[in-house]
Amino acid sequence: MVILLKILNLAVTLTAAPLLLGIIIRVKAWFAGRTGQPLLQPYYDIWKLLRKGTVYSVSTSWVFRAGPLVSLAVTLTAALLLPMGGLPAVFAFDGDFLVFVYLLGLLRFFMIVSALDTGSSFEGMGSSREAAFSALCEPALLIGLAAIAKITGHASLTPMAASLQPALWTAAGPAFVLVGFALIIVFLSENCRIPVDDPTTHLELTMIHEAMVLDHGGLDLGMLQYAAALKMWLLGLVLVGVVVPIHSGFLCLDTAATLLCMGLLAVLVGIVESSMARIRLLRIPPLLIGAAALSVLALVLVYR
Amino acid sequence: MNNTVDMIMIFLVLTNLALLGLSRLGACIRVAAVQGIVLGMLPLALNRGDIPLHLGLYSAVLIGLKGIVFPWVLLRLLKELKTRREIEPFVGYGTSIALGMAAFVSCIWLGHRLPLPEPGMSALIVPAAFFTIVTGLFLTVSRKKALTQAIGYLVLENGISAFGAAVVETQPLLIELGILLDAFMAVFVMGIAIFHINREFDHIDADKLSSLRT
Amino acid sequence: MSLFIGGFAIIFIGGLASLFCGRRGGLASLCGVLGTAAGSIAAIIPAFKVLFSGAAESVQIAWAVPFGSFCLRLDPLSAFFLIPILGLSSIAAVYGVEYLSSYQSRKNLGVPWFFYALLLVGMMLVVAAGNGLLFLIAWEIMSVASFFLVSFEYEKPAVRQAGLSYLIAMHIGTAFLILFFILLSSGTGSLDFDKIPMFPAAKANLLFLLAVVGFGTKAGFMPLHVWLPHAHPAAPSHVSAVMSGVMIKTGIYGLVRAAMLLGTPPAWWGWLLIMIGAVSGILGVLFALAQHDLKRLLAYHSVENIGIITIGLGVGLLGVHLHSPILAVLGFAGGLFHVLNHAVFKGLLFLCAGSVLHSSGTGCLDKLGGLIKRMPWTASAFLVGAAAISGLPPLNGFASEFLLYLGVFKNNGGDGLEMLVLALIVIGSLALIGGLALACFTKAFGIVFLGHPRSGAAQESHEAGVLMKLSMAVLACLCVLLGLLSPWVVRSAAYVIAAIAPLPMGQIEAELGCASSVLLGFVFVSLVFAIVLFGLTAVRCRLLKSRCVRQSVTWDCGYARPDSRMQYTATSFAQPITALFNVFLQTRKKFLPPEGLFPVRSSFETETPDLGERYLYLPLYRWICALFGKLQWLQHGRVQIYIFYIALTLWLLLMWKLM
Repeated sequence: MVILLKILNLAVTLTAAPLLLGIIIRVKAWFAGRTGQPLLQPYYDIWKLLRKGTVYSVSTSWVFRAGPLVSLAVTLTAALLLPMGGLPAVFAFDGDFLVFVYLLGLLRFFMIVSALDTGSSFEGMGSSREAAFSALCEPALLIGLAAIAKITGHASLTPMAASLQPALWTAAGPAFVLVGFALIIVFLSENCRIPVDDPTTHLELTMIHEAMVLDHGGLDLGMLQYAAALKMWLLGLVLVGVVVPIHSGFLCLDTAATLLCMGLLAVLVGIVESSMARIRLLRIPPLLIGAAALSVLALVLVYR
Repeated sequence: MNNTVDMIMIFLVLTNLALLGLSRLGACIRVAAVQGIVLGMLPLALNRGDIPLHLGLYSAVLIGLKGIVFPWVLLRLLKELKTRREIEPFVGYGTSIALGMAAFVSCIWLGHRLPLPEPGMSALIVPAAFFTIVTGLFLTVSRKKALTQAIGYLVLENGISAFGAAVVETQPLLIELGILLDAFMAVFVMGIAIFHINREFDHIDADKLSSLRT
Repeated sequence: MSLFIGGFAIIFIGGLASLFCGRRGGLASLCGVLGTAAGSIAAIIPAFKVLFSGAAESVQIAWAVPFGSFCLRLDPLSAFFLIPILGLSSIAAVYGVEYLSSYQSRKNLGVPWFFYALLLVGMMLVVAAGNGLLFLIAWEIMSVASFFLVSFEYEKPAVRQAGLSYLIAMHIGTAFLILFFILLSSGTGSLDFDKIPMFPAAKANLLFLLAVVGFGTKAGFMPLHVWLPHAHPAAPSHVSAVMSGVMIKTGIYGLVRAAMLLGTPPAWWGWLLIMIGAVSGILGVLFALAQHDLKRLLAYHSVENIGIITIGLGVGLLGVHLHSPILAVLGFAGGLFHVLNHAVFKGLLFLCAGSVLHSSGTGCLDKLGGLIKRMPWTASAFLVGAAAISGLPPLNGFASEFLLYLGVFKNNGGDGLEMLVLALIVIGSLALIGGLALACFTKAFGIVFLGHPRSGAAQESHEAGVLMKLSMAVLACLCVLLGLLSPWVVRSAAYVIAAIAPLPMGQIEAELGCASSVLLGFVFVSLVFAIVLFGLTAVRCRLLKSRCVRQSVTWDCGYARPDSRMQYTATSFAQPITALFNVFLQTRKKFLPPEGLFPVRSSFETETPDLGERYLYLPLYRWICALFGKLQWLQHGRVQIYIFYIALTLWLLLMWKLM
């Protein structure tokens, strides 16, 4: 039975991930007064790309070809570590979120080196920014998770999420709110959304993630896009899992509530993207350090 | 940690962090105003039971001055000055926030060393108040615009009044009002001075004024 | 124990033999490498035996020196440090054969091989010494031998400078150690480690501080690290690998041994080490980011990793003080495991840097590029090392950092300020170090090996020879293996921790078992990752077989002539981070902006001088110079007068003794 639940968790993650992107785009269109593309458009895009061949630059080596493979493999593996509402994670052990965070580090490592492999300045620019900003995200994320671990008394995501009773929330509410805000900033930054990065711009000088995948095409680009969608879904699951107290005791209800929260998160991102402009690059580090400060404050509240 | 005082203190810390990280002067003034308003509620929150009239009045005066009058003065000044944001502070915004967090942790240490006379009170009061004082000092020291220094002064005063509210249960209102009057005078005098400096020199960069000393 | 002494002798004899046939380079190399390898194999057997059985072995040889006794002792701690020392040294020696062969026509190769053997012998003696005086002598052998190795290319002025600064720094450190051992012996008159009495707290504290400064100079704690970024680039690469991989760890060994000798630690020992570790770690990686030279960059990363190890030791000591077994065991286990891991991946990275240097002749990042096409083996090995040092799964660097994190996350030692600060410092600094190290090594790998060659030197590079490739491949495999076998490696540290921390063996084994089962989860995840990656690769291969795969140029934004000089450079890659942390780095910029409508010349230079050098050592040296300037009247340049000074001194000493 448990194994079935785990497989269900994985299946939902793998199928639902691009939907988040669809919702965000839809919300943005709605705010702009347009009808917008179909909700399933990201699926069509990925499917279209996956059926194509590829073009490789003559400057590149096997590292460039390995980039999409490692990205996708990392996100697929990381999906095994996260619970979803009532559905347990496939692997759960103490410190599994550390493995999760560092697996994302591996993804970033390969994204950066495969971008540098092209020798293009645009890609160098994007990867340089990615390296700098994500280095600042990491303390915010881990200190925030440390605060949650201290409140719940668990060092593994599945029991952490499971023990998040509403009573706990009322006892340590401010800490949860602070961590929530910190994780939202991390979520936006790691997934390259406004206000940190603009996924729709076509001006290379201002892009981060899009600049890094500029030279990937066809099948490889499809894999990268699917990996990016999965990464967004997974970080969203972490956010919802450790901050929102979903605990009704009914498996279906919990899972449905989690999925609903994911949808709401996508709507929130859409609203943020519609109502805010991308901030200047020089202002991003203070924002991320601010996120770390929120996490630190949460930890202070928890430990005192 | 769920009582109102704690919330106010967390809010205090958050506004301090925002002040450290913001570059727009207008936003800084507004954050300081919100901080003043929230602080104005502190005496009420600290008081258990029913609220005596003088405390209510005091609170109203605090909120009125710090939340409405001072910011209004400063915002008007800002409009006159035609400067929008702090340019290249001595210490960058990211570094400011990081230093702020370090200062906060050391303030917590101070709070442990400096227990409040009344044990039942929130343990966050002393750290948060100290942190506000430190933030005010830091803003005065590390920013170039004279206007930010005025804001720093306001924040410093906020910290002192929070500390006073926490340490002395029976408010020596006189002292408190004296400090408030000081701040009042300071904001106005600084405002007028900044205005004149700006008219005279076309900028309000405090560090460039050092050539006036000869 | 006889095997250990036998190995010891074989290495020394090998070194001597290569010294004697120094003119014939090939033979000297052969003697050197055979002696090192055979001796290491012989000596590593007892080390493993001690590590797994926990029973210390010792041998006492008569030695008529005051305070001294020739007491060799292999306890689990010594054995633990001995294994990476011997392993890495013999692998690096195999590499060295080929690396040094290009010097054969110009230099006497017997000399470096002799000092290499001497360095190894010195390190073995340091970790096995059971007596303070013997320890100091071994320490000095190690320092002097490595000094000669650093100044191998003495004809270059920069190398001479580096060698000299290394020698001075080592002796400042040793001065503190001599003081440490004199104070240590003042109670009993014996320097045997097993006869050290308990000290009163004040004296123990003083001794601990002396040990931190003395051993910290060797290990490279942050303000004391100034010799590292000079000495590592100067030395031949296989020597840098040994120095950075294992020699600086003897400082860590000394610190642990000193903490063991000094008894129960007060809390501030742990805090001091945690603070030193955090500062060294963060500043080390920041300075690494600002470097332009590959080996200098790696040298700063040694400072960073020593920082991580020291955080581990600090957490362990704090755990001992607080009677928290989880902190103590996981702190020590994480720190010690990182000692082993750092030896492997830093050795690997230095060897790779050596091949780059060997084939292109330059270590300057901004002159390299595109080497992966010409040096696929070296590039792949460097990639493994880079991922490992950035602490990424499934490699070994992650496993040891994971243990440190885990200790703090699972610590339920209570609320309060102490635990808060502990969690903040350890988690915050490890997370920041991880992120920055990733940035630094993507920079190093990307700029050196990827893209287009940025200069002619990079264009004409060639792959390393068979032996060099072999030793790099072995170390790269070890990176993977130590990651995948981490649950079992961690268990084997039980006796070592039992020697350091006064905890019951059962408790230690329980905690380690716990950690090991958690690491098993990590190993499962790694295996799944490997399978998924393999599967995806196969799937893509199949899919692309029937589809159109074209070659084209990198997208050039419509500009028709992209030039290799238009690529992002190491400096520009690191700029967002170095600008953010400029408070610490204080990078100096020289900028000649382009002027006019048709600019002719423009240039941009950055330089990041070392903080410790600028604010600690230079003022100190200036002060000392001024002080000794006042004694210049003693100096006349006449031999007679100097002899007179000596005679006078001897005479006065005699009088004093007979008084």
